[in-house]
Amino acid sequence: MAQTVFHSAGTRGAASHGWLETFHTFSFAKYYNPERMNFGALRVLNDDDIAGGRGFGEHPHDNMEIITIPFEGALKHEDSMGNEAVVQAGEIQVMSAGTGIYHKEFNANPDQRVKLLQIWLFPNKRNVTPRYDQQAFDLDAHTNELVQILSPDENDAGVWIHQDAWFNLGKFDQEKEFSYQLKGKGNGVYVFVLKGTATAAGQDLQERDAVGVWDTESFNIKTAPGTQILLMEVPMSI
Amino acid sequence: MEKVEILVVGCNPEILAVILRLINANEQWNATGAASYAETIDFLQSGTYSLLLLGAGLAEDEETGLRDFASANFPDLKIVDHFGGGSGLLFAEIYQALT
Repeated sequence: MAQTVFHSAGTRGAASHGWLETFHTFSFAKYYNPERMNFGALRVLNDDDIAGGRGFGEHPHDNMEIITIPFEGALKHEDSMGNEAVVQAGEIQVMSAGTGIYHKEFNANPDQRVKLLQIWLFPNKRNVTPRYDQQAFDLDAHTNELVQILSPDENDAGVWIHQDAWFNLGKFDQEKEFSYQLKGKGNGVYVFVLKGTATAAGQDLQERDAVGVWDTESFNIKTAPGTQILLMEVPMSI
Repeated sequence: MEKVEILVVGCNPEILAVILRLINANEQWNATGAASYAETIDFLQSGTYSLLLLGAGLAEDEETGLRDFASANFPDLKIVDHFGGGSGLLFAEIYQALT
C-alpha cells in the first residue's frame, strides 16, 4: 500500500533576507522543524528568489549532491575547481561537494531577479572527488510529457549524481493523466508543483504544494493545463 | 549554564574552521576541531564531549574505527555524520542530535 506525506506550500519555512526571499521545505539555516528534516535522500528543497546582482558569497560545502535549477533569470557560478559559468533558466547545474569545495552563486543580471530551486541530496558515497556540471533541457519540445533531467548514470539523459535518484520535469498545456513507474526499489518520489495544479497519488496539489509517495511501484498523476511539475525520485533509506 | 561540548572532525582545514566558527557563534555550544583520526582519539581521551560531528575527509575504515572506539569507551557520546560542510544543515544536525 502506497504511503504519502503532504506538504502544503504555506507550511514551508519562510525567510526574508532583503536580497533573498526563500522558502525551505525542510529544516535549513534558522528554520528548524524536527518533523521536516528530509524525504529519504532529499535533504534540502529551497525555493529561492534572489535580487539583481546579489547572491551567495564564497562558502564551502562537503559531502552533498547540490542541484540548482533556475526557472527565471540566470545564475553566475564560480568554484574552487576553477569553473566559471552562467546557468540560465532551462538548464540544470550539479555539484558533487565530496571532500570539499568552495563556491559562490550570484544573480548574473543586475536588474532582474533570479528564481530557482536549490536541491540537496545526501550522497550514496562520502568523500568523493568534487565535480561540477551543467546541462540544458528543452521542456517546450516535450510538452505534455516528462523530461528526465538527472539520473545516477552518466550515460543516461540529464546530469548525473552520486545517488540513485532520478529527476523529471514536466510542462503541460492540456489535461493529462499518466502513471509514474518508480525506477529504484525502495525509492520514493517527491512531487513538487511549480505552476498550476495537479493530483498525485490521490493528493490534490496547488502551486508549490508537494506530496511524497513511497512503498509503491507506481502512482498516478493528473495535471491541469498550465501546470509544471518536478518529480524527484530518491532512495528512502540513507 | 554549562556549554555543550562538540568535537568536530574534518580534514579540510578551511571547512573545519568555518564549522567551528559557526558552532561557536552559539553561546550554548563550544566546538573543538580535530583534523585526523589520531587527533580525534587524543581529544576524546583528554576531554568530555556530548557530540562527535564527523565531517569530511576521513577514510572509511577511520570513520568506522572512530565509531567503534567512541561507542566502546563513551557510550553517552552522540555521533553525527555531518553533511554539507558548515552549511545550512549544521544547526539542524546538532539540534536533532541533542534532543
